[in-house]
Amino acid sequence: MKIHIPRDEFMDSGHLACSGCGSPLGLRYALKALGEKVVIVIPASCMSIIVGPFPYSAVSVPVVHVAFETAACSASGVRASLDMQGDEETTVVAWAGDGGTFDIGIQALSGAAERNDDFIYICSDNEAYMNTGIQRSSATPYLAWTTTTPVGNVKEHPKKNIMAIMADHGIPYAATACVAYPEDFIRKLKKAQGIKGTRFIHLLSPCPAGWRIASDETIKVARLAVETRIFPLYEIEKGEVYALTYRPKGIPVVEYLSQQGRFSHLTGEEMATIQETVDHQWGRLAEKCQA
Amino acid sequence: MKRVLSGNKAVAYGVMLSRVQVISAYPITPQTTIVEELSRFCAVGDLEAKFIKVESEHSAMASIIASSLTGSRSFTATSSHGLALMHEMLHWAAGGRLPLVMVNVNRALGPGWNIWTDQGDSLSQRDTGWIQLYCEDNQEVLDTIIQAFRIAETVSLPVMVVLDAFFLSHTSEIVDIPPQEEVDAFLPIFERQYRLDAREPRAYFGLSSPDYYMEFRYKMQRAMEDSVRVAKTLDEEFGRQFGRTHGILEPYRCEDAELVMVTSGTVTSTSRVVIDRLREEGVKVGLLKVKMFRPFPMDEIKRVLKGIGKVGVIDRNISFGHGGIFAQEIRSAFCNEDERPMVFGFIMGLGGRDVTPDAIEDAIKVTLHNERPMEEIYWIGLKR
Repeated sequence: MKIHIPRDEFMDSGHLACSGCGSPLGLRYALKALGEKVVIVIPASCMSIIVGPFPYSAVSVPVVHVAFETAACSASGVRASLDMQGDEETTVVAWAGDGGTFDIGIQALSGAAERNDDFIYICSDNEAYMNTGIQRSSATPYLAWTTTTPVGNVKEHPKKNIMAIMADHGIPYAATACVAYPEDFIRKLKKAQGIKGTRFIHLLSPCPAGWRIASDETIKVARLAVETRIFPLYEIEKGEVYALTYRPKGIPVVEYLSQQGRFSHLTGEEMATIQETVDHQWGRLAEKCQA
Repeated sequence: MKRVLSGNKAVAYGVMLSRVQVISAYPITPQTTIVEELSRFCAVGDLEAKFIKVESEHSAMASIIASSLTGSRSFTATSSHGLALMHEMLHWAAGGRLPLVMVNVNRALGPGWNIWTDQGDSLSQRDTGWIQLYCEDNQEVLDTIIQAFRIAETVSLPVMVVLDAFFLSHTSEIVDIPPQEEVDAFLPIFERQYRLDAREPRAYFGLSSPDYYMEFRYKMQRAMEDSVRVAKTLDEEFGRQFGRTHGILEPYRCEDAELVMVTSGTVTSTSRVVIDRLREEGVKVGLLKVKMFRPFPMDEIKRVLKGIGKVGVIDRNISFGHGGIFAQEIRSAFCNEDERPMVFGFIMGLGGRDVTPDAIEDAIKVTLHNERPMEEIYWIGLKR
């Protein structure tokens, strides 16, 4: 797959992300894909910090910071207001974290999706509350260490299946993406931009501090998440039509888990359980994609 | 055009005449007929607006914060638990200096569930940075909505227009609906100087360090202080255009009064009747209706009550552990004055219990017959 990545830059150096953070890569690619006619809505998240404090901004597009649980309904408000002013050209983008999407913001997101409000919602998922210091969210993987799921009391519940939830709202477009696959991400954003209604992109974005990896391992680990089929890249149209956008190699999950300090306590048996779950879920996804 | 309108319909007409562009709301008794009527206006094309039918009051406020920042005149209405759920966003709206207007139909908070009138909901939002205006009748409700947008857009602070559940929201009165052209002249189209616009990229509401935050709050306070004058001036302008004013305060028969009762909302109308009756009996009692609660118009209130020996304050609310909230405010207004009235605090009508003429007369008699308050709180109409 070959895709042209635009040379335009709407994200500047001098942002405040930690070294190795996946999020600024994601936002940079997103802005390249969507262009300058965008408004970005950012609820409390790492991105609230990354784009810079008052009176600075690391992006050259309009940004509004909003309360934690209000990414989707704020985007609805921006869209309604632009429509009233006859501005149909501007794309409204909500950029939230996994906590702001899977947990505290899911009510507003579900409401907006049910109304099919016209914006692109990007969930930049680093699998925990990283901005507050690595506390578990409902996007945290099964058995992962976080500061609120310490070893001895690790997370016993699987990651919430946000894609299934969003797909079942019947929204016109939902897709997974990963910062290690920019062409795939950009293609999905451009496709999303051409569709009206609620569009949802679940972007996997490693957090070196929280995943306990070195800051130069972000892309490698992100690729492993995809190649092990833990985080397959696919899209869902109208809640029903599934399509795989990248065929993962299906390498053993141990290759992914063993790279990260947050899984360093796992026993062989536990890794085997995770492998079984991944195989099962992959089978179900593959079926849907073939159907 | 004169029509018979409930308070809630008066709200809807006020919103329509104000040419609101974005409405976002969630239904709650006793606010529902406002959103029903506005939905109808939008459906039949009487009002050209986007109505976002959100899944909660929290989202209602969040979405109009966003729509207002994007440059559209925006409105919501709620009550009681809905307002409480919005609390976080009320700070965001005021801190964001957005000219929103919200109607709150005063209703008690549970438990136990209670849908009747009580000021506890709106007064719990006292410190959020919203201007609060309490209305007495349905004409005032309609007029205040129009004025509220002018005030909000002048001082860059949101305005909450408050009316009593059922006594106003569901009670019909004759209301004069002003012609659209006249409202347009009073309330022209609002052009935001700074707004979310891809042509002029700016970042709003970003992390504000201790180096900046305090000045933002100082400016909010200054805007609040300024809004007393702004509201008075605009009310006078409104009067010149429409032939009626409402004031931010309304003294009634206070001239030679020995004692003055302070009221807000519909209790005011009932009190007027009682005052008239007692005046006929020779009791030198006056009335002060407080419409503007935030900012609290200290100077204006002190001017009216100066030289009055005793003041009785009727509160349809309570700050637990202290007392009636209007009474507290009146007391604090006078605390640095050499000459200050004795302030009698009456708690009445909580959870929609009727505040009858007899109950008001009881409160007046307590004030009249005691040199100073014998109790911190006088509970009137309480079943002991």
